Amino acid sequence: MQTTVDLLKKGEKAIIVAFNLETIPLKLIEMGCMEGHLVELVQAAPFGDPLYLDMNGTHLAIRKEMAKEIIVEIIHN
Amino acid sequence: MKNTTLKVALIGNPNTGKTSLFNQLTGLNQQVGNYPGVTVERKVGSCSLPHNKKATILDLPGTYSLNANSLDENLVIELLLNKKDKDYPDVAIVVTEVENLKRNLLLFTQIKDLEIPTILVINMADQMELKGISLDIPKLETALKTKIALISSRKSTGINELKDLIVNYEQLSTEPCLNASEIDSDYFNNLRRIYPNQQNYKLWLVISQDVNFGELSKNVLQNNSFSKSDEELKKLQHKETVKRYQFINNLLKEAKKVDVAKAKDLRSKLDSILTHKIGGYVIFFAILFLIFQSVFEWSSIPMEFIDESFASLSTWVNEHLPSGKLNDLVSQGIIPGVGGVVIFIPQIAILFLFISLLEESGYMSRVVFLMDKTMRRFGLSGKSVVPLISGTACAIPAIMATRNIENWKERLITILVTPFTTCAARIPVYAILIALIIPDKRIFGFLNLQGLTLMLLYTLGFLMAIVSATILNKMLQLKSKSFFVIEMPNYKMPYYKNVGLNVLEKTKTFVFGAGKIIVSLSIILWFMASYGPTDNFANAEEIITTESLNQSLSEEELQDKIASFKLENSYIGIIGKTIEPVIQPLGYDWKIGIGIVASFAAREVFVGTMATIYSVGSHSDEENTIKEKMRNEVNSVTGKPIYTFASGISLLLFYAFAMQCMSTLAIVKKETNSWKWPIIQLLFMSGLAYLVALTVFQFLK
Ligand SMILES: Nc1nc2c(ncn2[C@@H]2O[C@H](COP(=O)(O)OP(=O)(O)OP(=O)(O)O)[C@@H](O)[C@H]2O)c(=O)[nH]1
Ligand SMILES: [Mg+2]
Repeated sequence: MQTTVDLLKKGEKAIIVAFNLETIPLKLIEMGCMEGHLVELVQAAPFGDPLYLDMNGTHLAIRKEMAKEIIVEIIHN
Repeated sequence: MKNTTLKVALIGNPNTGKTSLFNQLTGLNQQVGNYPGVTVERKVGSCSLPHNKKATILDLPGTYSLNANSLDENLVIELLLNKKDKDYPDVAIVVTEVENLKRNLLLFTQIKDLEIPTILVINMADQMELKGISLDIPKLETALKTKIALISSRKSTGINELKDLIVNYEQLSTEPCLNASEIDSDYFNNLRRIYPNQQNYKLWLVISQDVNFGELSKNVLQNNSFSKSDEELKKLQHKETVKRYQFINNLLKEAKKVDVAKAKDLRSKLDSILTHKIGGYVIFFAILFLIFQSVFEWSSIPMEFIDESFASLSTWVNEHLPSGKLNDLVSQGIIPGVGGVVIFIPQIAILFLFISLLEESGYMSRVVFLMDKTMRRFGLSGKSVVPLISGTACAIPAIMATRNIENWKERLITILVTPFTTCAARIPVYAILIALIIPDKRIFGFLNLQGLTLMLLYTLGFLMAIVSATILNKMLQLKSKSFFVIEMPNYKMPYYKNVGLNVLEKTKTFVFGAGKIIVSLSIILWFMASYGPTDNFANAEEIITTESLNQSLSEEELQDKIASFKLENSYIGIIGKTIEPVIQPLGYDWKIGIGIVASFAAREVFVGTMATIYSVGSHSDEENTIKEKMRNEVNSVTGKPIYTFASGISLLLFYAFAMQCMSTLAIVKKETNSWKWPIIQLLFMSGLAYLVALTVFQFLK
């Protein structure tokens, strides 16, 4: 099932399918946000923003507005 | 044998242990912390190598890649692109760490493209067993075309092997480990054709971002028929990154093994508690409360000890130096002035200790994560929390720590409001004033009234920072893209050596910095207070003696009167009297006025200044602490005490809000690159301080 990163539930894992190259900063790409990489929502902050993610083994937090721009395919295990 | 000095640069992602390694190699004590972005400036040290060779080691801010995203990252690229830079390295050491090797290697492959001799350091080897990680070093060396040093800068293992590699740097391959120009061969061939003497990758770096080096600028390079639009450039950068990751992912699949059972660690357990929706906040505020409680509880005994020691030192000097003006200057100006700062070493050290623990444990990033949404409401970023907390020690490093806030508007607001937080330099002023005007009582049996006042002042500082941020957020019409990424490092047991050194270094800097200003200012003030331009000053004795003929004054009282008349007619007295009308409505006399003016150099000189002025202005030799002198000070006209509840509160609030720190203004100028912001800051903060102090005094008196 396809969705965006901001809609992931805690502990849910997904594969990055695509993202908006115009709005996603290069820094995030360099930290591991790219097609084919695994992303997991570790924890959402109070008020649901920002999001604490495990992206291809890198633990990082981004704001929701940025997470909206990343399309993922949820994997079920 | 030629005794050459090699130049070595430490490059790597944030938080990989570059500074820890730097300290190992050079024996220096630069600040280390488990938070991305601790180092923000170039630091140089020297290191001796085998065969009598020497190297200068350069520590740099962490960077995720050679594409500059922020100011401190820019520093690294500018260095590596500019062969003429005096620090341009003979050898680059790329520092990575075992757990984040995949991401760390991205930068490594970029550095290799610059064709500098490069050594790969894999740090934190001590974590491998715990995390179930194993590495195939020979395989990595072949694929990455480099030599690898597997080290632990905490446990000091592998350092000698690394030194051997540095000495033999000429044997390192300078070949890139992958061919990145494949992403658009036509384009890169064109570049190569036009600039045959330049490295392709360097050209690409200049084109794809706004860094200049030498005569090659982006504009010149982009002036070609085959040039690409910014959008196309970003697409290429994306492609380049993907290509590099493919290479790294494939390599690590073979060369790095992780035992998953062991890997599930402390992190997830701690995170679920510390970043919990409600629990997270409770813990954070409990920690803050604990910090401030301890700062005051633990420090009271050593502070009393220091206070008494300085008082007896004063007496000792007074008795043993030949009496006279020099004696007065030393025993009554300089010693109490320095004592006024030294006494706060316990409090400041405890504060530094806690901040250091927060940084070293990895908790700071969790606070950033927790607070981001809340802080954004005020125009700040979650990352502003770090400067605001460390601003309670000193605003200067705090303002430098804003460099990793990506959004310029959020960063600017943070820089502008950080000086409102109660820095260590305010503590001496607060403490002495509180002791004078707030009774040493307990309410509800446990809350100390004086401690409570101090806590209120801290809270006030934070509140003012938040309120000003909200106002600035509304007023500043800056459009900048909101963008926020923060790495969440692993939790680490704080390393006692790092924490200890950190506390020691910072405390030392504070005390010596303040000490220097205080001593020199005391001397200047003392001279200005001991000499005067007019006849009134020269003939003080006669004038007062004639004036007092028909009053029956004791010898003692007469001498006091002469001394204070002299002071009023000294240079400092004349200046003070001139500014008195401005500050009188706030409840201060001209002597406090001088204290305030002197404090614009740095707040902590207030106590020393007052000590100098009062000691010149009184005749008596008896040993009085500065606090007692202030308590005894009366208004010469009304005969009422100067330090009342109303004037004391007014003065406290003045110090809480006024921008009285040259060094802070200088750093704001440096960080914002214009005089506009420091001047606005100075006027706004000091104006606010004046108005608040005025209102409060008029209301309370
Ligand atoms: N376990 C372990 N921890 C280490 C080692 N080396 C450094 N650290 C810790 O890693 C954290 C980061 O170290 P720093 O030396 O500040 O890292 P840096 O690369 O200079 O970081 P920035 O200046 O932010 O780019 C600190 O908490 C260190 O104590 C090591 O060999 N083993
Ligand atoms: Mg560092």
